[in-house]
Amino acid sequence: MKEKLHAFRVKNQDKKWFPVFSGFHTFLFTPKETTHNGTHIKGADDLKRTMNTVVMSLVPCLIFGMFNTGYQHYLALGEIEAVSNGFFSAGFWTMDNFLLGLWKVLPLVIVSYGVGLAIEFLFCVIKKHEIEEGYLVTGMLVPLIVPVDLPLWMLAVAVAFGVVIGKEVFGGTGMNILNPALTIRAFLFFAYPTWMSGDKVWVHGAVDTAGTADAISGETVLGSLAQGAEHSYSLLDMFYGFIPGSVGETSALLILLGGLFLVFTKIASWRIMVSAVLGSLAMGLIFNGIVSAGWLPEYSKFYTLMSFPYWQHLLVGGLAFGIVFMATDPVTGSQTNKGKWYYGFFIGFLSVMIRVFNPGYPEGVFLAILLMNVFAPTIDHYVVRGNIKKRLKRLKTATIYPRTSDEVDSLKTETA
Amino acid sequence: MALLSKKDANLIKDPLTDNNPITIQVLGICSALAITAELKASVVMAISVLFVMGVGNVVISLIRNIIPSKIRIIVQLVVVATLVIVVDQVLKAFAYDLSKTLSVFIGLIITNCIIMGRFEAFALGNGPRRAFLDGIGNALGYGVILVIVGFFRELLGSGTLFGIKVLGDPIAKTGLYSIGYENNGFMIIPPAALIVVGIIIWVQRSRNRALIEEA
Repeated sequence: MKEKLHAFRVKNQDKKWFPVFSGFHTFLFTPKETTHNGTHIKGADDLKRTMNTVVMSLVPCLIFGMFNTGYQHYLALGEIEAVSNGFFSAGFWTMDNFLLGLWKVLPLVIVSYGVGLAIEFLFCVIKKHEIEEGYLVTGMLVPLIVPVDLPLWMLAVAVAFGVVIGKEVFGGTGMNILNPALTIRAFLFFAYPTWMSGDKVWVHGAVDTAGTADAISGETVLGSLAQGAEHSYSLLDMFYGFIPGSVGETSALLILLGGLFLVFTKIASWRIMVSAVLGSLAMGLIFNGIVSAGWLPEYSKFYTLMSFPYWQHLLVGGLAFGIVFMATDPVTGSQTNKGKWYYGFFIGFLSVMIRVFNPGYPEGVFLAILLMNVFAPTIDHYVVRGNIKKRLKRLKTATIYPRTSDEVDSLKTETA
Repeated sequence: MALLSKKDANLIKDPLTDNNPITIQVLGICSALAITAELKASVVMAISVLFVMGVGNVVISLIRNIIPSKIRIIVQLVVVATLVIVVDQVLKAFAYDLSKTLSVFIGLIITNCIIMGRFEAFALGNGPRRAFLDGIGNALGYGVILVIVGFFRELLGSGTLFGIKVLGDPIAKTGLYSIGYENNGFMIIPPAALIVVGIIIWVQRSRNRALIEEA
């Protein structure tokens, strides 16, 4: 069958729908074409393999998100008790929790992939390109960074906007300036703010019951802090992820595992992750320092967020998720090793700053990453220029010993 | 068009299509971003600019031979400022609420690059009749884009057109809102205008590929 499919592929190479067929064909089978001449780098990983690795590292977060959706819902209804004996508490990993989560999260995944891939295919057919695999990861990221009760049509509109304006207008996969998943989230955030923030959207059922006697609410940790209130979650809850939030962003533990997996498979840059963590810690420390130095009166509206222990910023909200899966996007991030340090550092630094200073945006991570996406080429430009300058300087002081006398002239012209 | 020769007709037609001041020359963007959240404001702005450009181009064209070229920019500014003040006063007298909405942007017509551009590029070198047509054409080209952008932004952002609720009532949940539709808050903020203008440019250039610049 493989042979037949391949023959079919070659025969229909100039048909209109060829890119669609070819996309599925290469997704399922190894292409038969090999290059014939010249030296090539042989790598076991291609774009599809890379993308699939990232998707694999996201699956634990997705599964956990499903359980957590059910858990938060039943917990808010008062039907189950809060779990307290570790990550593998039996009260959390129940079939009820999972089924409710599956029922709510799976449609998000399907809409995200359905709409996104349809647009991607359409553009490939129009432009007569091969189908690019860039959407595989975006399609998985999107359901993980939205509130669970988001209406599906809103998601569809946002995905269409994000893929067309965020990616296709720049030339498709690999050419985009902004991370498409975050473009989608930013669009949702500004277009439908009532569905993306507040205390009604993070737990399934809160919107429907609002205003009734059974009203439930689930404020995120950051949301409570932004209003100057205390939150009631223990550190371990925050680390394991038993807290309300966007579908897949709550479990710092699983994100950490996913991040380690990506670092060891060399898919994502550890430099960006480390520097982003450092950046957020630095900003958190500055804020904690201001509070402990007594420069900020207690009635200030920033007091609760600024006195939030600096390292706990990594446990709540989408910071960890953003650092591991979004900031490390190889297309929109910095390309140079030195640039990655600056790029990551500012992402962490700005995320915490936006969180604290703008109560309207309790989640600053996506804004910080989008901003640094825009600056990434500038950072790279200065890193490259700096390197050129350094080497020119080295050249000036270097003494060149020509092996034979007639090489002197040619060397002179080269270095002039 | 027996009224106008083909050459003259093109003075009006070109800015509407292949030489549009906003989508091709990318001039006058600030006002296109700032005041297009409502269709009504877009229309009033378009009419104001139409008046200022039509009359201004004729005035400059009439006095083009006696303006010392060293101070021509100042003369142009005086002419356009006078006209803008007239527009501003008329709006304040007859449509006070609207002039509040447009606030400073009527005054800023003075600095609209399209107007200065046409004065410099056309009115200084052509007779009053052709200058008038050119002014009208460019103002129409500007106005058309403003109205298109205003139409989409108001319809998608507020669900209204000229303030009339065309998609139903968002609070009483009638019409489209009864099936869960919601207004798109993104369309209200100025960046949305940039994206809508961008999409218009995209559509225009993919229909007429000759407009695409060499990279």
